Amino acid sequence: MPSNIIGWARLIAGVLGLSAVAYIAVTGNYLLTALGFAAIYVVFVAALNLFMGHAGQVSFGQNAFAAIGGYGSAILTANHGWPPMLAMLASALLAALVALVVGQATLRLRGHYLAMGTLALGLISYEIAVQWEQVTGGYMGISGIPPLSIGGFAAETDRQVFLVLALAAVLACWSVWRLRRSRFGRAMGAVAGSEEAAAALGVDVARTKVITFVAAAVYASVAGSLMAHAVGYISPEVFGLHMVVVGFTMLYVGGIGTTLGPLVGAFVIGMLPEVIRGFRDVQDLVYGVVLILILIRAPGGLAGAWRR
Amino acid sequence: MSLLQVERLTRRFGGLIALDDVSFSVPSGSLSAVIGPNGAGKTTLFNLISGFIPPSEGCVRFDGHDFAGLKPHQVAARGLVRTFQLVRPFPAMSIAENVRVGTHLRTKGGVLAALLGQPAQERRVADRALQLLDRVGLASVADQAPSSLGYGQLRLLEIARALATQPKLLLLDEPAAGLNHVETDRLGLLLRALHADGLTILLIEHDMRLVMDLAEYVVVLDFGRKIAEGPADAVARDPAVLDAYLGGADA
Ligand SMILES: Nc1ncnc2c1ncn2[C@@H]1O[C@H](COP(=O)(O)OP(=O)(O)OP(=O)(O)O)[C@@H](O)[C@H]1O
Ligand SMILES: [Mg+2]
Repeated sequence: MPSNIIGWARLIAGVLGLSAVAYIAVTGNYLLTALGFAAIYVVFVAALNLFMGHAGQVSFGQNAFAAIGGYGSAILTANHGWPPMLAMLASALLAALVALVVGQATLRLRGHYLAMGTLALGLISYEIAVQWEQVTGGYMGISGIPPLSIGGFAAETDRQVFLVLALAAVLACWSVWRLRRSRFGRAMGAVAGSEEAAAALGVDVARTKVITFVAAAVYASVAGSLMAHAVGYISPEVFGLHMVVVGFTMLYVGGIGTTLGPLVGAFVIGMLPEVIRGFRDVQDLVYGVVLILILIRAPGGLAGAWRR
Repeated sequence: MSLLQVERLTRRFGGLIALDDVSFSVPSGSLSAVIGPNGAGKTTLFNLISGFIPPSEGCVRFDGHDFAGLKPHQVAARGLVRTFQLVRPFPAMSIAENVRVGTHLRTKGGVLAALLGQPAQERRVADRALQLLDRVGLASVADQAPSSLGYGQLRLLEIARALATQPKLLLLDEPAAGLNHVETDRLGLLLRALHADGLTILLIEHDMRLVMDLAEYVVVLDFGRKIAEGPADAVARDPAVLDAYLGGADA
């Protein structure tokens, strides 16, 4: 039992949040789609958290890897009839390969330069999605993507889809938590803390950064694949700069460098528009005010405030 | 037998010669010191030995191998580990986890191993970190953040972290800087104990009392040149050394 007011507040907030999710899931409420979307973003933001929160690097180009996953899955399943899981795996492999090559070149950069380099990556991937029409369908995108399925089981109803996405979200958070608390995770944290001190203790700094970048790319790619299957349709806009902005907002609102931050941030930011829909014309204004209030009141993010 | 050999090491920064044709060697199992006034080139010497910057000329031999072209983490992997003049803790990690990072070279496993879990190795790592924290007197604060430590304690944390790599040679860049008398005495005891255990130590130090107390052998730098070397008491009486210290900014 919690021993003080803050403890009780945490417990109540947690119980309320979980019951809301459970209620929506059980009743098949219209909010289920938004919840599923938030769950996909949990996977994406967990990877951002790995690379930025834990390894202390910065990437504005993670949408590129989500695009590889999304387009890879869409093309392979809708146009070539691959089973979804195999398509997801193949796309993630491609994303990893691209991250390996790009990472070797850009991760030498630090701070603002790394930010600009990775931003370019995201912009290039958007241009490719728009321009390479025979393969990507240009602005029209790709439709008719089948639902996720494994063996004979296909996730067809809203509730089934949400269950799969929620499972993916939990797996993402769990695996990042696991990574952080390992030999590899310590190397990552050391690189974030001081590259010189890390190297002096025998940590291969360049290698650690590249591996983290590749791992983050795999998560982002899986998030992209899930997006393609959950919606059944993708276009360049889905994986545009917007995705990065939303991902960053979720990461900072939830709490960068915390275990539950991506989960909390993705659900709060994902559901906020639904909650404030009643404000109609001033909806965007309310959205902005809420964001600013959260960032002022909980500068370490909601999960950070939770821990304190 | 000498563990470390520095041969005609020179480093220029543009027109400035930070280190000028310096040679000396460090015998296995010894406790030696590099001293010299501010700007004499001591830290530059450490940066060259530990692979952080390449020499303009000369070479470093360690344990029979040429160190040319090795990156810092490769130098560490061969058993030569350094600390920094300005402490560099990993601020987002607990004190114990800082030390656990030091076991990196003595453990195995990447992403896959992390996902599968390595409970036996992790238990070993945690035990080792606690032992080392106990040795430097920080066991009681193991779970706190480094920000809760004073400067002297941060230096001890850095030493514990370096020891976790199980080095053959430990390079300490001014370990007593910023320490009070009590802390300096405790540091002296720790270094002597490590030396007694067979660890080879080379330290840079300004605190002459500590150097005379500890070091068997001393190398003196001034303006990038080696102006003297020998047993501590002989060096302390060397006119060139007295001149450098009295004439230097550090007098
Ligand atoms: N990266 C660098 N670029 C240019 N000059 C440098 C660099 N590093 C050191 N120097 C110069 O080389 C000289 C030796 O510096 P170094 O830091 O090795 O001295 P030190 O003996 O460690 O001094 P202190 O006792 O103050 O720590 C100084 O004149 C310094 O300004
Ligand atoms: Mg120095």
